[in-house]
Amino acid sequence: MWDYTEKVKEHFLHPKNVGEIPNPDLDATVGNITCGDALRLMAKLDKAGRIAEAKFQTFGCASAIASSDALIDLIKGKTLDEAATITNDDIARFLGGLPEAKMHCSVMGMEALQKAIATYRKTPFTLEDEGKIVCRCFGVTDKLIEKVVREHNLRTIEEVTHYTKAGGGCGGCHREIEAILARAHGRAPAQAAPAAPAPRAMTNLQRINRIQEVIASEIRPLLQADGGDIELVDVDATHVQVAFRGHCAYCRVSDVTLKGSVEAKLRELVDPEIVVEDVGDKLDKS
Amino acid sequence: MPRPPAVARVAPPAPLPCMKEGIMDKVIYLDNNATTAVAPEVRDAMEPFLRELYGNPSSIHTFGGRVAHYVEEARERVAHLLGADPSELIFTSCGTESDNAAIRSALATSPERHHIVTTRVEHPAVRNLCQLLATPAPGRAHYRLTELPVDAKGMLDLGEVDRVIDDDTAVVSVMWANNETGVVFPIEEIGALCRKRGVLFHTDAVQVVGKMPINLARMPVDMLSLSGHKLHAPKGIGVLYVRRGTRFSPFIMGGHQEHNRRGGTESVPLVAALGKAAELAEKNMAVEQTRVGALRDRLEKGLLAGAPSAMVNGDREHRLPNTTNISFEFVEGEAILLMLDQFGICASSGSACTSGSLEPSHVMRAMGVPFTAAHGSIRFSLSVYNTEEEIDRVIEVLPPIIRRLREISPFGREKLAAAK
Ligand SMILES: Cc1ncc(COP(=O)(O)O)c(C=O)c1O
Repeated sequence: MWDYTEKVKEHFLHPKNVGEIPNPDLDATVGNITCGDALRLMAKLDKAGRIAEAKFQTFGCASAIASSDALIDLIKGKTLDEAATITNDDIARFLGGLPEAKMHCSVMGMEALQKAIATYRKTPFTLEDEGKIVCRCFGVTDKLIEKVVREHNLRTIEEVTHYTKAGGGCGGCHREIEAILARAHGRAPAQAAPAAPAPRAMTNLQRINRIQEVIASEIRPLLQADGGDIELVDVDATHVQVAFRGHCAYCRVSDVTLKGSVEAKLRELVDPEIVVEDVGDKLDKS
Repeated sequence: MPRPPAVARVAPPAPLPCMKEGIMDKVIYLDNNATTAVAPEVRDAMEPFLRELYGNPSSIHTFGGRVAHYVEEARERVAHLLGADPSELIFTSCGTESDNAAIRSALATSPERHHIVTTRVEHPAVRNLCQLLATPAPGRAHYRLTELPVDAKGMLDLGEVDRVIDDDTAVVSVMWANNETGVVFPIEEIGALCRKRGVLFHTDAVQVVGKMPINLARMPVDMLSLSGHKLHAPKGIGVLYVRRGTRFSPFIMGGHQEHNRRGGTESVPLVAALGKAAELAEKNMAVEQTRVGALRDRLEKGLLAGAPSAMVNGDREHRLPNTTNISFEFVEGEAILLMLDQFGICASSGSACTSGSLEPSHVMRAMGVPFTAAHGSIRFSLSVYNTEEEIDRVIEVLPPIIRRLREISPFGREKLAAAK
């Protein structure tokens, strides 16, 4: 059941800031349709450099839409310096609170705002550009995880998932998240869990066959449905080289995520050690 | 748009009292695969056991012994619905217990075998248990698990079932119908295959019992699970069918109840309720097949006509009459459900936000439903209590909701414009 405040429901059912702005000064999209939510933020500045007009488009659940609408209300009339100080907590507070498991919706709002400002100022968007992807299912960087862990004093992987979605998919990054938590709280990382008994070793040939099968039956249909395609270029032990083809319209936002989800799928169904490399660019150039 | 044909005239059952009283008069309940309303007749049937007939059916005195008679009567009614012998039924606490008991028993009675075959679209009651059994842990037997894939329509490849069974296979567990899509698997064929290969076969029939006729006397099924609250009995009662001659190892140890196959004093009120529900289900089977099926078709047609870029998930030929699962591209399921909720319309979704995880449901993923559509999948599941007016109301209010959410969404503009 939904544990949403009246304010969340109001901003979800009757958002006032939906729409597009032609030739916006600020324009940024975070998230993508594969991950289940995405937010595009657009804004125009007046002569004094204040946000004169702002709109959003959001794909996502009720709290994602409400958080987007709240974000726009919060930034209108502000200078970029003022807007840059807005946190995800400001968004959640504006809405009278969000369920813990939905905090990532407010974080998405904060990310979109920071990305839009960074892009406008032509400065790097640290949360995305400088970080290393930790959660491949949802394309979440260590920088973002560190930021929310520090700001919200998060203690468990579950809390990190609630705030960033990281770790909420295949679970392959739980150890890395644990390490970030340990670093942030200044303790030694927990002893690595005893390694699971080694699965029956697969010969390289078996692995290649299995990878081909999984790509053909599990991965390609998904990509083709979105107008894209994938080609298996080479397999060297657990190192898998692929090239993406066609028009992966929805992945332009974060192609890291696309590679990540292929990797997650192969890890789930073939071998947990697999590393995927996208060699499409190299091939195209040669 | 031509109006969908009116629904065949098979008399619906009387409206539920709570609806007449107006407590729920705004609710349009289309989530019957999640749970169903308790039928008034069922409530009446359990009442005496919450009042004067409170004896323990195992007691030696007449007062308790009388109650045992009603337990057996209920068992006969359920057996009749299934085409089984009453002695083949074990009352349990729910569908989940029945599933656990069946699989654990199959493994316990063939200790030399360590392979389980199931599908990628099972209910968590089967899936999570099998995945646990396949996870190595100290002090626990370790099983190999094969989860059969399904195709884009949610169907199994029979040849694949045959291929994956080997000498080590202890049990094959395949659901009869899928709770999310309503897709019905070829249980007779799979059962026959298992019999030929000498492997125990269990089917989770929780979504089928009461919706489609079943005759276990003629089906090669060794064990079958059902759950009362999916057929208008209360929550907390289930049955495990174990074909006579099948070796059985109890899941819950205790007293000698249920012929030593399930310890624990029978929940007599719930057993009586399930007996009554089984009787009603048999009576309503024709309504279920024709009227409910026609209402579902009307809903499906109306929604597909009203909203572009919508598609039905799952094979439409092999499907329960009461279920439709429709994906609305470029919008998210929780948002749709919450807007429907404003109109008192109850349905469910396989979207990430409602599946309790952050990914779309395992059923949508197993079918390879594109992410553009999986997040916007909505399941409507009907019952004999639904009316044509209710269905028409949904056809009226849902398409504008989809349009509104697509206005908010940054995706799909080009495709939707092209579709116009
Ligand atoms: C296919 C299937 N199996 C098992 C169950 C579990 O039944 P119960 O809720 O009685 O444990 C359900 C109900 O959600 C179901 O749909």
